[in-house]
Amino acid sequence: MNILELHNLKKYFATQKAVDDISFNIEEGGIFGLLGPNGAGKTTLLRMITGIFYPDSGEIILNGKKFDALNDAFNIGYMPEERGLYKKMKIGEQALYLARLKGMSRADAMASIKKWFVKFEMETWWNKKVEDLSKGMSQKLQFVTTVLHQPKLIILDEPFSGLDPVNANLIKDEIFNLAKNGSTIIFSTHRMEQVEEICDHIVLVNKGTKILDGTVHKIKQDFKENVYQLGANILPEHLMTHIFEVVKHRPDRILLKLNDDTRPNDVLKYFINQNVAINSFNELLPSLNDIFIKLVEGTTAARQFQNVN
Amino acid sequence: MNKIGLIIGREYFTRVKKKSFFLTTILVPLVIVGFYAGIIAIIAKGSTDKQSIAVIDEANLFNGKVDSADKAISFTLIQNETENDFIKKYKEKGYNAFLYIPAINIDSPKNFRLHTQSSSSLSTTSSLEDIINKAIQNKRLVAKGIDPKKYEQIAANVQLKNINDSKKDASGNSVAAAYIVSYACGILIYMMMIIYGTQVMRGVTEEKTNRIAEVIVSSVKPFQLMMGKILGIGAVGLTQFAIWIILMGTMNLALPLIFPGMFNQMTETANGVGDASKTAEILAGIASLPLLKIAISFLFYFLGGYLTYASLFAAIGSVVSEDQQEAQQLVFPVLMPIILGFVIMTKAVNDPNSSLAVFGSLFPLTSPVVMMGRVTYDIPTWQLLTSAVLLIGCFLLLTWMTGKIYRTGILMYGKKPSWKEMIKWGFRKS
Repeated sequence: MNILELHNLKKYFATQKAVDDISFNIEEGGIFGLLGPNGAGKTTLLRMITGIFYPDSGEIILNGKKFDALNDAFNIGYMPEERGLYKKMKIGEQALYLARLKGMSRADAMASIKKWFVKFEMETWWNKKVEDLSKGMSQKLQFVTTVLHQPKLIILDEPFSGLDPVNANLIKDEIFNLAKNGSTIIFSTHRMEQVEEICDHIVLVNKGTKILDGTVHKIKQDFKENVYQLGANILPEHLMTHIFEVVKHRPDRILLKLNDDTRPNDVLKYFINQNVAINSFNELLPSLNDIFIKLVEGTTAARQFQNVN
Repeated sequence: MNKIGLIIGREYFTRVKKKSFFLTTILVPLVIVGFYAGIIAIIAKGSTDKQSIAVIDEANLFNGKVDSADKAISFTLIQNETENDFIKKYKEKGYNAFLYIPAINIDSPKNFRLHTQSSSSLSTTSSLEDIINKAIQNKRLVAKGIDPKKYEQIAANVQLKNINDSKKDASGNSVAAAYIVSYACGILIYMMMIIYGTQVMRGVTEEKTNRIAEVIVSSVKPFQLMMGKILGIGAVGLTQFAIWIILMGTMNLALPLIFPGMFNQMTETANGVGDASKTAEILAGIASLPLLKIAISFLFYFLGGYLTYASLFAAIGSVVSEDQQEAQQLVFPVLMPIILGFVIMTKAVNDPNSSLAVFGSLFPLTSPVVMMGRVTYDIPTWQLLTSAVLLIGCFLLLTWMTGKIYRTGILMYGKKPSWKEMIKWGFRKS
């Protein structure tokens, strides 16, 4: 079942088509990656999903019903890219306040805060103020305040920026945990290695439009270029053939691009016949980073101002 | 909705729990009371400071003995000295001043001279003049064959009491009291609108630059956030008033108990100086004012004025970034009508029925301050009602518009929008 469906969303600003006719669906319980270069329209899109902006046109369906910003606030947890907390407010009170604004009762909120503060070893923070925290610490706090009310849909905009590897792993594990317990996570970033590791399904947007939509596995299959890596000590005289082209030649391994009608078995057979000792042989799938660059490259790096109307 | 209640609660309690709130709330009445105590102390001290004045009486005006009605001044007649010689000596001999009375023709007295080291005070000069006039008058009476004691019995000394019959609360002292109360209320509203309005603006800018606004508007409507902040800070203002009124009340009761001498001294001083006895009359006059009407108007105009301006301040807070200069530029046009109201109010307390005062108390951007300057006087009910309706209407209209500016501004970063853009946001649909 789809927890979220976007149908032809549009949001134009005075000089930008920030989001121009984007549609996609998100299945319940997965980790979904929303990718795109700077200024692609990711934040505007997320702001519409969280009810901060109204779309100019189009429809958002949450949980099978038309999205209603006020009543669905409880179902959504949003962690914006620019972290925001009251600097002078005590941390415990602040967490309680934000949880209650989402609609939790005082008792439920307290129980949930206790649970998360213990989990993240933040019990001693209760009476401290946010201005006493380091950047990484306030990041953890922000994450906790986002998920306190156990939202069905958790939207994280660049959740790892500014975190050291230990704390980044802590939050990554929690993201997996939340997904396992039935929450759906939208994860917005332009850090591709994180996406490959975490996300099941991704959408790539650029200049306000969707240019890619699918599971990570399928996208990699779609963009693969028949490149294989062979681990072996190969001499130049072994390469007199037309079934593949050499992409890269190293003393201990070689990268081959197979011709269209060549199958991997043909390559192996060829080398075995040449009496080459093979250590390894595997297909090289493109990284999301490569795909991303390939798709986005060539378009102008910065968005141009345009006249809308 | 209970979410707006949560926001009001946060805005209210974070401010009320601050040390600075406690300090200003407690210190302001203390400073005011201390100020009054200081004035009373100075007046009291001035009267106890004894002046000793040397007198060379060449005209023998005082017959060898000076009668002083003012206990604070003592006179010593100096014999066998000339004016020029004694000028050099009187300070060494411990006199504050030296009065020289030349030999005079009783029908054209002149050339009296008072020598001092610093300019003599007005009250000293006038009491000396009184003494000399009395002495000359006595001499003249005697010359005409009238017994001065008999004359004193004959002379009349009438004090006129003014009673204004045109008002229901007619009282001779209520005009002065009305003036003081009007002025105080006007200034208080003026200050409160600026102080709390600026607090709203700073709070909004803080939420915007901290980016907390984005987190919160994913839970509540921006309008709820704005109104929650405005109402919460307004409640802080009301709390502060309540504490002040209670403090002032208890201090007024407690002060005479703590310093029993002070009140007597004050009345004594008042009697001595003459003019200051009005203080007591004014206190009586204040009691005769329509206090309930004033209190209700004060509450209404404080809330109306505060809410009207707070929404404007909130809109400004939402469009500026950290740059304080930007805020200054935008705040200026908002402060203008408040200051204009204050200026009209200072005129209105003197002339509450002038056309400027009437206009100022109806025009909703100046009415909270100006109307408080008039409300202690007897003003037509239709003016009060019109003013109230206009203020409420203005508040609703401005809140509706500023709410939309706020909603856009709070999530906009970067360039400060122009007035034209802001007005466009304000009139935009939905």
